Amino acid sequence: MPTASIETHDLTKAFGRFTALDGLNLTISGTKCVGFLGPNGAGKTTTLKLLTDMIFPTRGGCSINGISVQEHRKWALADAGVLIESPEIYPSLTPNEALEMVADLRGVPVAERRDRIRTVLAEVKMSEWADMKFGRMSKGMKQRINIAAALVHDPAVLLLDEPSTGLDPRGMAEVRSIVRELKKSQRLIFMSSHILSEVVDVCDEVALIDKGKLLFYDTLDNVIARFSGSHASVDVALARPIGPDVVTQKIANLPGVAGVNQLDPKRLRVRFTGGLDGQERLLEALVELHIGVLSVAESESALEEIYLSQISRGD
Amino acid sequence: MATATTDPADLRLHVPPSMQQVTKLARYQLREYVRSRRFIALTLIVLAIGVILTALVAHFRGTIVSTNLAFYGSFWGGGVGVVIVLAAVFFGGDAIAGEFQNKTGYFLMGLPVRRSTVYVGKFIAAFLASLSMMLLFLAILVGNGVYYFGSNVLPWQLGLSLLIAIVYLSAVLGATFLFSSLFKTSAYGFVLTAILFLFGFTILEDVITDLVKIEPWMIISYASSTIGSVFSPTVSWGLTGTVTRVTTGMGRFMVTTTTYTAGVAEGIVIMIAYLIVTAAAGLGLFEREEFA
Repeated sequence: MPTASIETHDLTKAFGRFTALDGLNLTISGTKCVGFLGPNGAGKTTTLKLLTDMIFPTRGGCSINGISVQEHRKWALADAGVLIESPEIYPSLTPNEALEMVADLRGVPVAERRDRIRTVLAEVKMSEWADMKFGRMSKGMKQRINIAAALVHDPAVLLLDEPSTGLDPRGMAEVRSIVRELKKSQRLIFMSSHILSEVVDVCDEVALIDKGKLLFYDTLDNVIARFSGSHASVDVALARPIGPDVVTQKIANLPGVAGVNQLDPKRLRVRFTGGLDGQERLLEALVELHIGVLSVAESESALEEIYLSQISRGD
Repeated sequence: MATATTDPADLRLHVPPSMQQVTKLARYQLREYVRSRRFIALTLIVLAIGVILTALVAHFRGTIVSTNLAFYGSFWGGGVGVVIVLAAVFFGGDAIAGEFQNKTGYFLMGLPVRRSTVYVGKFIAAFLASLSMMLLFLAILVGNGVYYFGSNVLPWQLGLSLLIAIVYLSAVLGATFLFSSLFKTSAYGFVLTAILFLFGFTILEDVITDLVKIEPWMIISYASSTIGSVFSPTVSWGLTGTVTRVTTGMGRFMVTTTTYTAGVAEGIVIMIAYLIVTAAAGLGLFEREEFA
């Protein structure tokens, strides 16, 4: 049986009387991107800090690549890249120097070091600013260098704590695009986020946490299938506006359609039954209506509805 | 290309041993210190202290330059303690607290390094940066000494005093790092170190001597007085100090003043004890400190 990349056992953390994380049991293996989703204060950052030995568990423990973080932090973090709480880098250093320091401390062979630094700087699109001092950088630039620092030794496990939080929309988009690119490498990415669209956009699997408790952990498709009952939703983009009569009289009456919501004159959200077959039939039927279908995409609202229902259930 | 499963044995081959990581971390941290504004500021302060002392010696030549021992005893013994405390405050005051306050600790703690590696690496860097200030002060002193006494009369006591000063620097840094580990705000570490070492311990030493009337062997400022006392011909070299009682006044108004002077070996032992206790306590605190 292969060693789990990330494993937590009854992981619990209390700050005084407040239990931030309550008996988390999670086993993640393989190469994929796992979204660790939950509202603010759910216990996401607490989990990641426990996984990196920045804080200590009240009960239980965790391991990375089969090595206990609490007993052997050095070896547990050896093949992990870490980005927690948007850290600051010493202001007098440049990205080249900071990455050199990280590579040196991580034991990246001298012969490979320059190439690795060049590669990761290119991956985070910061090659141009490799010799600029951190003191002069924007938050988004620093965050990209923090991601590069987590990548410089080409780790098998990447732990990212809300990597786009605090950035402007452009910065958020850039960071997401970087994470999407990182998925192409054979590694496990464990990324916390409270932004649904980010998780839908980037992740293959999702673990939902609220009030310190894990609510579920599964693939995105399974989660949506399990919690949406027999229904799924797609967003349909149209080339030209359609009237409400087309929606109510034609689309709503298509076989398998459980409901239609016109988001605007050129966008619809359609709920349907029948899984993938149902989705295929729906697409054919929509095209045959000649209403100018441009695209059909899985609706982000599906996860949003599940998220809200699961979170509110805990209230 | 990374793979999702890693053989722990492979990791041990790649990640450097902790001792190597300590020297690497110290080297990068030292570079950070040398480039910082505080390094420039302290260099200017040490130069200013040197210039002021040079001017004072030039002005009041008489007793100060009567012998080379008197000169080195008053110039070095009087000035290096202040340089050491200032350097410890500048380079050690926020060494640990700053990692929390400025969030640079989140960068370091994500690396495969032991907490003790971070602590020791930063300590060595702060020590070397402080030592460079001490050596700058020494250079000014020796420049003056050569001017007044020639280059062939450097007393051997200066070498011993330099070694004692290095032990004192280590002890002061040990305490500074302990204070820095106690608080997550840098300012507390700066202020506590400055207050205690610039006058707090001296006041305590006087209180113990004058009111409790015992040898203040437990106070580090007492031990550090050996930096200057090694130049005295009456210094005690052993583990016990000397007691001098001077009675002044007449009749009912006679007052006896007792002065304790630490023995050289005694002073060194006290300073090493301070270093061991404060370093162990500081490291213990840092090992348990959470980046919450």
